[in-house]
Amino acid sequence: MPEHILVTRNFQYPDQPELKIALSRGTYEQWKRILSEKISPEDIINEVKTAKLRGQGGAGFPAGVKWGFVPQDTPKPKYLCVNADEGEPGTFKDRALLEKDPHQLLEGIAITCFAVGIHTAYIYMRGEFYDPQRIVQKAIDDAKKEGLLGKDIQGSGFDLEVIIHMGAGAYICGEETALLNSLEGKKGWPRLKPPFPALVGAFGCPTVINNVETISGVPHIMNMGGEAFQKIGTENDGGTKLFGISGHVQKPGLYELPMGTPLKELVFDVAGGVRDGHELKAVIPGGSSTPILKPDELDIPLEFEAMMEAGTMLGSGAAIVLDETVSIPEVFMVMSRFYAHESCGQCTPCREGCTWIYKIARKIYEGNGVPADLDLILDLAPMLDGTTVCPLGAALAAPAIAIVEKFRDEFLGMMKN
Amino acid sequence: MKTLSEPVRREALAYLELYPKKEAALLPILHLAQKDFGFIDDEAELAVAELMEISPVMVRAASRFYFMYHHQPIGEFHMQVCQNISCTIMGAETILDHLKNRLGIEAEQVTEDGKFSVERVECIACCDRGPAMLVNEKLHTNLTPEIIDQIIGELDPSRKIK
Repeated sequence: MPEHILVTRNFQYPDQPELKIALSRGTYEQWKRILSEKISPEDIINEVKTAKLRGQGGAGFPAGVKWGFVPQDTPKPKYLCVNADEGEPGTFKDRALLEKDPHQLLEGIAITCFAVGIHTAYIYMRGEFYDPQRIVQKAIDDAKKEGLLGKDIQGSGFDLEVIIHMGAGAYICGEETALLNSLEGKKGWPRLKPPFPALVGAFGCPTVINNVETISGVPHIMNMGGEAFQKIGTENDGGTKLFGISGHVQKPGLYELPMGTPLKELVFDVAGGVRDGHELKAVIPGGSSTPILKPDELDIPLEFEAMMEAGTMLGSGAAIVLDETVSIPEVFMVMSRFYAHESCGQCTPCREGCTWIYKIARKIYEGNGVPADLDLILDLAPMLDGTTVCPLGAALAAPAIAIVEKFRDEFLGMMKN
Repeated sequence: MKTLSEPVRREALAYLELYPKKEAALLPILHLAQKDFGFIDDEAELAVAELMEISPVMVRAASRFYFMYHHQPIGEFHMQVCQNISCTIMGAETILDHLKNRLGIEAEQVTEDGKFSVERVECIACCDRGPAMLVNEKLHTNLTPEIIDQIIGELDPSRKIK
């Protein structure tokens, strides 16, 4: 197995969710070592900072820095929320991490909570994750019985409760402050920042929110050291990333690659290129919120900054590959329908803008479009960006502009005159 | 006036212990109430508000905001077909059409015998195995019209293709 394989190391074993098996493969070793060798929380946070572990949910904020923002002298309880509300179209990595290696996640949760001084962790899981819920709940129960979670863990005096909280179907709850409101039983409306969740998060208390993949990487950092972890990736993006590739490729699936791997390599080598007898038309590189790329634009390293410089985003690392059979106006209609459906309704530019863009996209797709519709989209889309509490509107705006500009001819071809 | 069955009531009360504020148990308790009542109507909302001792309007806000809560009956087998990009380009529309034809209903409808309902949903996070759908809590992937026939036949032998 290549040395860079970390979080998917045990994906090949169907028995990995069983605690005894996981223990025999080394899971929880770092957690036990931290407790027995009395490694300090500061040392853990520093290791994660050195590792350049970045938030793997899409935003890419450095995890160690985020943890460092949590005040240590507060009388309030602190919370960890693990973001398992996977919903970005094209993304299926967190489902795999939850189903295939739940103890790796729990070890990451335990280390994170110890480092930040947290005694309650909520795993906010999307409501449709029935199998992941069952698997992770069993893992929590088993780990508690084994004294790896719960009260006075391994005789250290450290307590940690891990609680699964099921969502109920709302993409917006993957946005961290919407997640907090949802956890509190409210509508999933994003909150204005500041205050940031590190200071005022769940139940008004300091809160760390990290994606499943981010937390799953933590035990590996403690195992190999922050520096070695960082070196697998690039200067600013340490370690590996899970890339999910779907659509018209030979080998759709989930691949763990070093940060900085060229997108071209993911599509053509790792996933085997476009299915037989077909030609590549476009790639949506990091989930449907990331601007579409044409075949001659794929020579970009998969890392946060380089993707932004290329006018798109790394996002959640979920590439959707489209061949020549795909109707771009149909993809645009489906894409904009999603944001119109999922806008939480709090901010006017997003609520109205996503709906309008969807209506125009549908009109074009149904063959009733006129060329001025394309200019209307280009006029409208920038109004959704930076005018709202959260980035959901912007997540449609940038892809809408890119798809209309790059495939204008195909859109015009669907119009009468 | 609806009331939750005793076992569900006990399960619901246990959720209140998991959070520093009781309101946080609302989503999990609404899930339980939906299992108990089949769907969440005005009376179900009131029953949850009563149990949790919170205002009915807070229950209403959540039950109407989150898409997984249904406000009228759904089928015994609720089929949620993904309609997002990856599934669409792999043939989700054909799958949906086939389901509708086989069951004789439109999306967001229930068959007359109450057995099946079909709902179009957004991404369910298994994009590499599309087209995909959930039937109640079970995930089905790499769907074809033949697989759909098989699933329907297994769930309801009277609808099996002879």
